Amino acid sequence: MNRDTRRTRVLLALLLVTSVSLITLDYRGGDRSPLNGLRSVASAVFGPVEQVAAAIAGPVADAVNGVSTLGDGRDELRRLRRENAELKRALRASGVDRNRVAELDELLRVAGAGRYEVVPAQVIAVGAAQSFSWTVTIDAGTRDGVRPDMTVLNGDGLVGRVKTAGPSTATVLLAVDPQSSVGVRLEGSMEVGFTTGQGLADGSDLDLQLLDGQSTVVRGDRLVTFGSQGSTPYVPGVPVGEVLSVRGTPGSQTRTAVVRPYVDFTALDLVGIVVAPPRKDPRDAVLPPRPDTTPQPTVTVTVTPKPGGGA
Amino acid sequence: MVSPRVLLAAAFVVVALAVQVTMLARLPLPGATPDLLLLVVVGLALANGPGFGLAVGFCAGLALDLVPPADHEIGRWALVLTLVGYLAGLARGEARRSAFVPLVVVAAAAAASVLLYAGLGALMADSHVTWSAVGRLLPTAVLYDVVLSAFALPVILAWAARVEPEAVPR
Repeated sequence: MNRDTRRTRVLLALLLVTSVSLITLDYRGGDRSPLNGLRSVASAVFGPVEQVAAAIAGPVADAVNGVSTLGDGRDELRRLRRENAELKRALRASGVDRNRVAELDELLRVAGAGRYEVVPAQVIAVGAAQSFSWTVTIDAGTRDGVRPDMTVLNGDGLVGRVKTAGPSTATVLLAVDPQSSVGVRLEGSMEVGFTTGQGLADGSDLDLQLLDGQSTVVRGDRLVTFGSQGSTPYVPGVPVGEVLSVRGTPGSQTRTAVVRPYVDFTALDLVGIVVAPPRKDPRDAVLPPRPDTTPQPTVTVTVTPKPGGGA
Repeated sequence: MVSPRVLLAAAFVVVALAVQVTMLARLPLPGATPDLLLLVVVGLALANGPGFGLAVGFCAGLALDLVPPADHEIGRWALVLTLVGYLAGLARGEARRSAFVPLVVVAAAAAASVLLYAGLGALMADSHVTWSAVGRLLPTAVLYDVVLSAFALPVILAWAARVEPEAVPR
């Protein structure tokens, strides 16, 4: 086995042929690939491993930082330093907790505004950029009611959809993936179109195609999901992003634009899976109030309230 | 009877996979992801030769094709890492002579893995693979893998030496 012998070359050829056959089988099978069974076995087996690894990853980093701040010296100094390090770590941890609480708050706001029934989950694993596919693993699966083709969102807006679900984990196809195509609607109008991802390696923007070539779309227009048939894979009303620039394509059937998504796909943490769609299309209710409209101070002490001053 | 070096390789592959998808891929680095699994394949191939290297490469690649959140055709990374493991194993003799050789092998393996994987995608008309994406991945993949190998390779080679004392370059 140790040298480049004839036997080694036979093994090389054998494994290369095996790989090519696997690729061919899986490629031709598409969504009904005969190898999907292998995938679900792998996610059932390795999903829990990823959960454990993700749980270790945070505390280990903290512990490494804590140990490196501990110097040696006299007992008093050591005690104080240890105490200091402990406090620092607690402070850092509370920062993470506070961040997470804020994310959960935002998620609950979105879920409440849209009347979506969501299951919260944490992103535990991310695919390598070299694999050219923009997917993440979350720590909720079929046991939590997660099924393929459910909408995934967070407090900022649309994250993607569930591609496959294992017992305790699920794989989410992000909206920036070039394979994911999302039906969208412009805020306040009935103009519809669809966005496709450009992939994170090309920047995280989305391409927008509006179906009506005559439609007026300008920079700053906001988009929500249009809602798919039967709300799978996308429920209606989820904020998607803002139009960044409009491409002038005179004479074409559709208008195209570049959209900056609300979600930061490189820093995903807490997400929600919509397990039950809203009974009624929430329209634009989930979009946060426009920041450029004149902000009304919430605490105003006026002796004589003017009529019509609240609008 | 499973030989100790096979057990060691399996342990390395599982740990590298877990660390890669839960930590390395989440680092806010521009471009590629530091590929610890590739370093495990290269390290074990340099320690044990082309036959063992290609076997480890195939198994590691198949694992990477299967574990979530993988969403590409099964067999793509298996094909790429089988070749990488075999070719890295051929450099085993050279690696005994100079400490510089493993770094060159890592750089070449990183570049080859990105190009081969993207090339396979292009053959299958994978809409993800674009020239600009490959252009951004290639230099960053080589850089990150070479930097990471300075820490990871000595550990992998030391463990391989402990398991199979006479097989490892010194």
